[in-house]
Amino acid sequence: MSSRDAILGRVRSALGRKVSLPDTAAIESYIAAHPVGLQPPRDWEPELRFRARAEALASTVEKVSSLQAVPGAVARYLVVNKLPTGGVCWPSLRKLDWIGAGLGMEDRPARGDDLVGVTGCYCAIAETGTLMLASGPDTPAAASLLPETHIAVVDTARIVPFMEDAWALLRAERGGLPRAVNFVSGPSRTADIEQTVTMGAHGPYRVHIILVG
Amino acid sequence: MELRSNEFKARAAANLGDAKLQKGLGLIKVKAVVNRANAVAEFGDFEALREAGKAIRNRALADLDLYLERFEREATARGAVVHWAENASEACRIVVAIARENGVKTVAKSKSMVSEEVGLNDTLIEAGVTPIETDLGEYILQINDAEPPSHIVMPVIHKTAEDVADLFHEKHGTPRKTDPAALTREAREILRPKFLSADMGVSGANFLVAETGSTLIVTNEGNGRLCTTLPRLHVALTGIEKVVPTLEDASTLLRLLPRSATGQAITNYVSVHTGPKHIDESDGPQQFHIVLVDNGRSKLLAGEMREMLRCIRCGACMNHCPVYQAVGGHAYGWVYPGPMGNILTPSYVGLENAVALPNAATMCNQCGVVCPVKIPLPDLMRKLREEQMARGLKPWPERAGLALWGWAAQQPALYALGTRIAARFMKWLGGSEKLIHRLPLAAGWTNGRDFPAPEGRTFRELYKARRK
Ligand code: SF4
Repeated sequence: MSSRDAILGRVRSALGRKVSLPDTAAIESYIAAHPVGLQPPRDWEPELRFRARAEALASTVEKVSSLQAVPGAVARYLVVNKLPTGGVCWPSLRKLDWIGAGLGMEDRPARGDDLVGVTGCYCAIAETGTLMLASGPDTPAAASLLPETHIAVVDTARIVPFMEDAWALLRAERGGLPRAVNFVSGPSRTADIEQTVTMGAHGPYRVHIILVG
Repeated sequence: MELRSNEFKARAAANLGDAKLQKGLGLIKVKAVVNRANAVAEFGDFEALREAGKAIRNRALADLDLYLERFEREATARGAVVHWAENASEACRIVVAIARENGVKTVAKSKSMVSEEVGLNDTLIEAGVTPIETDLGEYILQINDAEPPSHIVMPVIHKTAEDVADLFHEKHGTPRKTDPAALTREAREILRPKFLSADMGVSGANFLVAETGSTLIVTNEGNGRLCTTLPRLHVALTGIEKVVPTLEDASTLLRLLPRSATGQAITNYVSVHTGPKHIDESDGPQQFHIVLVDNGRSKLLAGEMREMLRCIRCGACMNHCPVYQAVGGHAYGWVYPGPMGNILTPSYVGLENAVALPNAATMCNQCGVVCPVKIPLPDLMRKLREEQMARGLKPWPERAGLALWGWAAQQPALYALGTRIAARFMKWLGGSEKLIHRLPLAAGWTNGRDFPAPEGRTFRELYKARRK
């Protein structure tokens, strides 16, 4: 007998499957319905909540009125914070006028020594101030992870109240999950040494969010 | 991991006098406990959320076979390879075989308690593969001669920044520094090239989503993301009980897990992985293997300890346990410390190999009150204590004492006389301080604390006097 059959066999006998037959239809219909569970009360406006939460998690947030204004905002942020003015961006953002803003943004896979990564996001979650990144050819996962500074462009129309709304959006628009969904809530951190919170463990030291809308 | 649970008493006694350990443990009360309390209060109806979490975990366990099959089907359809491991050695064999077939030399590991449970690192090393722990805490332990973790969420809680400073200075040959931020940067810079060159990433999985065949991990450092994004292979190693039905269910549990563990509303990163990379993607693993480990879990499902399988490994029970807070994680002698370990260790390694653990509790139920999935931990410990009595695993003086008491309690007159003598004797022993420093036959108890002396009269005497 394979280990698979042995394990499932023990699980079945533990569940008394001989007397009560498994009801596969019931679990399939539960999964198909995927009911939303308990959520905190929604007594906030999503954009304001997103902003407040993201800032509480040590991200910085600014807002511009159009996508065309993004390169200028990125340039200002980098210069003010004395950060390098070059790095990688998602291929999905390659059409923006980076050169016009004095930036050298390359739409290639991120490398271990890249210092700045600019990405978009699939959507953003107000409840926790979280970015949802969906991997894909034009939206690679490493660009938000390897560089010390992560700048994320967020369309305010894509701020949803809860994580469950983000799943619903993915199901509706894509019919399922991409290879990787990464929820990002602020710069990477650790509290392993004396429970002291320290930013910049293995991922970015800083996350800057540019709202567009 | 080497099993040393039967040394609990000796190691606990030693740890009580370990000043560095006590400093680390002291921080739990002012940090982890306070942070959790704040996060829970901020959420609102956390009690209802715990009920919801319990219901989701119960639903998954009630049809565990069906949800596992559905998970396997979905994961396979997306191109992942699902393996099943009966026990620790099979789990290790599977991972080593994947490594061998693919010419893997180094493995970047994200924190996984199941990998500690099955002893994966030692097996990899024997097979000529180098595992590199990348969680900061686990990395510190690994370079300190593979020391075991002492907490499931904060593995180096027993170490001070000074300890880490000495260790890094010695092992890295760099100037000594004590600032946690500087130490963290040093580890980052040493580990970054290792991530980039690792052939395989090994992670755990906090949840398996049956609906989509996905694994879900929560991390703060980002090492989990690196391990699952950069190497050409990703192996997720986890227990069969981790399955949940839907993405929505995972979202509900995600409101409970980080709040209970560290007081965060959400961890920095939550990563959901479904299948290997597509041809047109520039990153992600070419192969994605998922190893589902039983190692005693199906046995738990059949017995009185089934509720323990709801556990989502948040660590709140140990953070709030007065025994854990006093003796630390190493005393428990295996992977899982604190109240959850008091149940899991004897269940997985045998009650006879962890005799002290079900008794390493005051039954104050702090653990039961904070557990996000409402596991009645003290009840389960009580059941294990009963089993210990039934199987004769308690030391003979304890069994003889209880037998004597049981017999006497059935002789009302004799019992009344006996308790009258005992109450008066103990009052005399307590003297003017009303504290007994040493009790005959119970030195083990009074060595570490004083016993408050009774007032000299028994309950029945007082009751009679009041009735008059
Ligand atoms: S038993 Fe409960 S409190 Fe303890 S780790 Fe598991 S889920 Fe958390």
